[in-house]
Amino acid sequence: MADAGTTTLTLEQKRAIWAWVFLAVPVIFYVIIRFYPTLNAFVISFTDWNLVGERTFIGIENYVRLAQDPVFWKVMVNTVLYGVIGLPVSIVFAFVVAYYLDQVRFMHGFLRALYFIPFLTTAAAMGWVWRWFYQPVPVGVFNLILVEFGFGQQPFLRSTTQALPAVLAPAVWAGLGFQIVIFLAGLRAIPSSYYEAAKIDGASAWRILTEITIPLLRPTIVFLVVISTIGFLRIFDQVFNITTQGEGGPLNATKPIVLYIYESAFDSFDMGYATAQTVILFLMLLFITLLQLWYLRQK
Amino acid sequence: MTAQTIEAPYAGITAFWSNWRITPRQVVIWTILLLGGIVMVLPFVFMITTSLKFNNEIYELSLWPREPTLENYFFLFEDTQFVRWFFNSLLIATITTVSVLFFDSLVGYTLCKFKFRGRTIVFVAILSTLMIPTEMLVIPWFIMSKDFGWLDSYWGIMFPGLMTGFGTFLMRQFFESIPDDFLDAARIDGLNEFQIWWEIAMPLVTPALAALAIFIFLGNWTAFLWPLIVTNSAELFTIPVGFAAFSGEFTTDWELIMTGATVATLPTLLVFIIFQKFIIRGVMLAGLKG
Repeated sequence: MADAGTTTLTLEQKRAIWAWVFLAVPVIFYVIIRFYPTLNAFVISFTDWNLVGERTFIGIENYVRLAQDPVFWKVMVNTVLYGVIGLPVSIVFAFVVAYYLDQVRFMHGFLRALYFIPFLTTAAAMGWVWRWFYQPVPVGVFNLILVEFGFGQQPFLRSTTQALPAVLAPAVWAGLGFQIVIFLAGLRAIPSSYYEAAKIDGASAWRILTEITIPLLRPTIVFLVVISTIGFLRIFDQVFNITTQGEGGPLNATKPIVLYIYESAFDSFDMGYATAQTVILFLMLLFITLLQLWYLRQK
Repeated sequence: MTAQTIEAPYAGITAFWSNWRITPRQVVIWTILLLGGIVMVLPFVFMITTSLKFNNEIYELSLWPREPTLENYFFLFEDTQFVRWFFNSLLIATITTVSVLFFDSLVGYTLCKFKFRGRTIVFVAILSTLMIPTEMLVIPWFIMSKDFGWLDSYWGIMFPGLMTGFGTFLMRQFFESIPDDFLDAARIDGLNEFQIWWEIAMPLVTPALAALAIFIFLGNWTAFLWPLIVTNSAELFTIPVGFAAFSGEFTTDWELIMTGATVATLPTLLVFIIFQKFIIRGVMLAGLKG
C-alpha cells in the first residue's frame, strides 16, 4: 500500500477525497448561510442603514443609543422577567408531574399524551386561542368562569401588570410536555438498584427523592434549565399573536427583545439598530451557555 | 444512554413503586394526574368545539354546540387561502426535512468515520453555529434575499433551514455506535464510500433519523419569525403566517379564528396520535443525545 506509486492514491488519501466530496456542498452552505451572515450581523450593528440608502459606519453609536433608550430597557426587563418567571414555574410543574407520572402504570401512555399534546401545537395559533380566553365578558372563557363563580372580572391583557404573565402562560403550557418527557427519560435512566438499596435501608419517599432522585437527575435538570431559559428569552410568536396589533402592549408591558428587533428592522427599517439588539441577545444566550459549561466542568 | 434503558418497561422508581399494588395513594395520584391532563387539553377542546359553533352561540360557556356546523370550515376552505397555505407549509416542511436528513447525516457520518486534515476545524465550526440564535441571522438573511431576489419565494422561506448544526451533531453521536469493522467489511466487499454510508450505515441509525425528522418537520410546520419576514404575498404564506394575517383581519369573529387554529394544529395532533410511542421516544432520544 505504501509504495503504491505516484499515480495511485493510498487508501488514506482516497478516503480523504471522499470526505471532502461529501463535505463540499455543506461547507459552501455553512459559509454562505451561517458564517457570512453571522459576521455581517456584527458589521451591520456598527452602521446606520435604512436598507435602501447609504450604509454609514458609525462605530458603537447604536450601542450607545440602546443604553439610552428607555424602551430598550423596558424590553430587557420584560425579556428577563419571561425567563425568571417562566423557568422556575415550568421546571417545578414539569418535575412534579413527571415524578408522579413515573409511578403510575395504569393508562400511563394516555396520561402522558394529555400533557405532551400542547408541545406539538403552532404557537401562533395557540396565541389566538389564549387571546380569546383572556377577553372580557361576554367573550373570554376565563372571565366567564370567574363571573360564573362570583369573582370579579380580570383585565388580563389590558392591564400593564397582568399582561406579561398572561402572555407567558401559553408559552409555559406549550413547553411543559417536552420538559415532562425529558424528565421521564431521566427518571427511567436511574438504576433501580439505588431504590432497592434505599428501600432495604427503610428510607422514606422524601429522603429517596432528595438524596437519590434529584442528585442523579442533575444532568437532566441542567439540560432543561438551559434549553428552557433560552426558549423563554427568545419568546416572540406568542407575544406577536396575543397582543393587539402584535405590538407587545399595553404600553410595551409585554414586549420582549425579539419583538423589538422585529419592529426596529421591519417596521422602522433601522437595520443597524436592530442588529445591535441581536448582538445583545446573542451575548445573553452565550452567557447562559458558558455558565452551563462552567457548571458542568466543576462536577 | 442507550435506547434500551429508555424502553425498559419498569426501570427506576417505577419498579420500586410497582410492589405497592393498587393503594389509595395510587388512586389519588392517578386521579389528580388525569384532572391535570384534562386541564392541559382543555384549550383544544374549546378551540375545536367553538369552530363547530354558529356565530350567535360563541358567547355561551357551553362546551358542546347546540347545532354543530361545518359552516366555518366551508368558509375557510372556499373564501380564504387556507388550503393554499396548508399546501405551502406541507411542501416546505417536507423538502426541508428531506434535505436535513440527507445532509446532516452525511456530514455527521463524515465527521465521525473519516480521518482527514481539517476534520476538527469543520466539526468545531459547525458546532459553533449552535450558539448563534436565528434572530441574529434573520436580518442578514433578509438583506441577502433582497440582493439575490429570494424574497417572497419558496426558496427564500426554505434556504436557511436546509442543514442544521443540531442534526449534524445528533447524527454524529449515533454513527459513533457503529463499529468500524462493520464498515471495513463492506469496503472489502467492494462497496464505495457513498454506498457504505447509504446502504450500510444509514439503516443502522433509523431511530435517530426518525427522531430528527420529527423535530425538523414540526419545527418547520410551526416556524413563524422567518416566514413572516421573508414572505409578502398571501400566496406564499405558510400556515402560521397566513393564520396570523387572517386572524388580524377577522379579530372578533372568534369562531372563524378557532377554525383556523384547528386547521393549523390538527395535522400535527393526528400525526402524534398515530405515531405516539415513536414520537415520545424520538423526543427522549434527541433530548438525551443532543
